[in-house]
Amino acid sequence: MQILRKDGKPIEVLLVEDSPGDVRLTREAFREVNQAVHLNVAADGVEAIAFLRHLGEHANAPRPDLILLDLNLPKMHGCEVLAQIKNDQSLKTIPTVILSTSEAASDIQKSYELQANCYLSKPVLFEAFDSLVKNISQFWLTEVTLPRQAHGVLVSN
Amino acid sequence: MQIIGNNGVNIEVLLVEDSPGDVRLTQEAFHGANPAVHLNVAADGAEAMEFLNREGKHAAAPRPDLILLDLNLPKVDGRQVLAQIKTHSILKTIPTVILTTSDAEADVAKSYQLNANCYLRKPVQLDAFESLVESINEFWLTDVRLPQRV
Repeated sequence: MQILRKDGKPIEVLLVEDSPGDVRLTREAFREVNQAVHLNVAADGVEAIAFLRHLGEHANAPRPDLILLDLNLPKMHGCEVLAQIKNDQSLKTIPTVILSTSEAASDIQKSYELQANCYLSKPVLFEAFDSLVKNISQFWLTEVTLPRQAHGVLVSN
Repeated sequence: MQIIGNNGVNIEVLLVEDSPGDVRLTQEAFHGANPAVHLNVAADGAEAMEFLNREGKHAAAPRPDLILLDLNLPKVDGRQVLAQIKTHSILKTIPTVILTTSDAEADVAKSYQLNANCYLRKPVQLDAFESLVESINEFWLTDVRLPQRV
């Protein structure tokens, strides 16, 4: 299946994940279900913010249509990344899905308080992980209407 | 398929919708998809806020696990309801899904600005509407970890 944006460009997903194994599984699951997804990877919280703010080597980074964010990340915790996204007038409209192995009620609560768009717990078993990524793709990239991809959409109050 | 909510009881969904036809279709689609869903209905924005704040006839209202919110509502507009939910210290953690016929870019952008959890367009065709409710059930009430009730 190929789902493109209205402008004919691929869908940009930013995966913030420090485990190379999980990155690879996510990439393979997306490839199988939706070839139009371009998966960008940031290996820690600091790199995620650099990507989103076009800093350093990420000067030409695209604006993601969807962010998949792990919580337990090196350098900067996922909650801090989430807080920075959701407190930024331009970045806050990017749907940000928490994908974490943590099932702690406090992590779930904190994520929703910081306005995560939803919280998913990362299954340990390969098949379950694969099927969760496919469900994310199905729901967020085909059912949901995403905000317009252009930067700085003007919104009246 | 029977899915039981976080704490082994029914899943409370609040549907804020003024069209009796859409209410009925939503009710029927949830009934088919997940009998554990208890669908509460508020017919306008003012009633939605009474329900969430447990005022008047809604004094004993449950805290919803999920809110489905139309935008174009009588009395208090859906955008205003969304803004009130997402700036309220206790209500803000309730996932709030916009479900509307509007596909205006401004409505989509405004909803995400106000921290809607996601924006879904209400299809006109009956089959598509039913299948969207099934998708909501499968994703939000099966895959997603919802916050615990407070």
